[in-house]
Amino acid sequence: MVKIRDNMRLLIQSIVSIFTNGYIEGFVNGTIYRGKLKQLCVPGLNCYSCPGALGSCPIGSLQAVIGDRQYKFTFYITGFLMVVGSVLGRFVCGWLCPFGLVQDLLHKIPFVKKIRNVKFHNYLRYLKYIILLIFVIILPLFVVDIIGQGDPTFCKYICPAGTLEGGVPLVLSNDAFKDAIGFLYAWKMSILIITIILSIIIYRPFCKYICPLGAIYSVFNGISMYQYRVNYSKCIECHKCTKVCKMNIEPFKTPNHLECIRCGDCKKVCPTNAITSGFKSVDTQDKKYDLSKI
Amino acid sequence: MNGIKRYLNKFILILGIGFMIYGLYRGEVQTVFQKAINICLECIGIG
Repeated sequence: MVKIRDNMRLLIQSIVSIFTNGYIEGFVNGTIYRGKLKQLCVPGLNCYSCPGALGSCPIGSLQAVIGDRQYKFTFYITGFLMVVGSVLGRFVCGWLCPFGLVQDLLHKIPFVKKIRNVKFHNYLRYLKYIILLIFVIILPLFVVDIIGQGDPTFCKYICPAGTLEGGVPLVLSNDAFKDAIGFLYAWKMSILIITIILSIIIYRPFCKYICPLGAIYSVFNGISMYQYRVNYSKCIECHKCTKVCKMNIEPFKTPNHLECIRCGDCKKVCPTNAITSGFKSVDTQDKKYDLSKI
Repeated sequence: MNGIKRYLNKFILILGIGFMIYGLYRGEVQTVFQKAINICLECIGIG
């Protein structure tokens, strides 16, 4: 029973990943699902060209609509991200994202030296906001072809989730794709391999430094309905939460930090149960520390 | 400030639902659907 509770996050991540990629026929035949469910987005980063994908990727969809000559702004996807973000914030990253699960599993692989504190982490973490702005918004919006159509540049040049979930299984199971691969595929495979190696050494490098979806949800962390709270009358400032946090934050000072993926490790390790989480209103939180400095 | 934060998430939630409905009305879903049901060559590293 204790084991199930300890691995609850892994269990939920696995169930969500299997459920959102449950089109088995796609993997067998090297095709993708073409049903009505694809009108809906999934909350996490999940390529819609994955043979098993039953829903759409919010980042892919965002680029598809703003890159379309007809729209240039997407109310549907922006609204979807606002709804998910305002309720859960980066809880999605920690519990509902299939590519987060992949990185979590990779990090369980033993390695001679795991790197906990990446040099320049505090600067590098802002890279994901730059990628969001340039590759997800500006380039698809302004770099357009003769009919005014923009490319999904993040998907095309960066996204390792698309390569892993879509590129690899489709190329392996479809001869036509096998014949069509070239430099771009090699480039994307290189990014995927680098991401895999780094994920073994560093905890969730893609989420920390690259993911534009995490960048969007992070903005909602401080105001989402689901919040982490610290009861400062119980907190003994033992720093155990800081030591256990793999996202390199100080949960007892900034429980709803931009980088917090709400994994719950800090709650588990707290000897006085001072850290809790839930949907209670934000102003119940004791503000001993200046939470705006995140 | 706390009062603003308390209602801000509800405001964003309602605004988000409104945005989604307007997006549906504008036909954006069709663009998402068309992109999602055809293999995205850019996403898989071919196009």
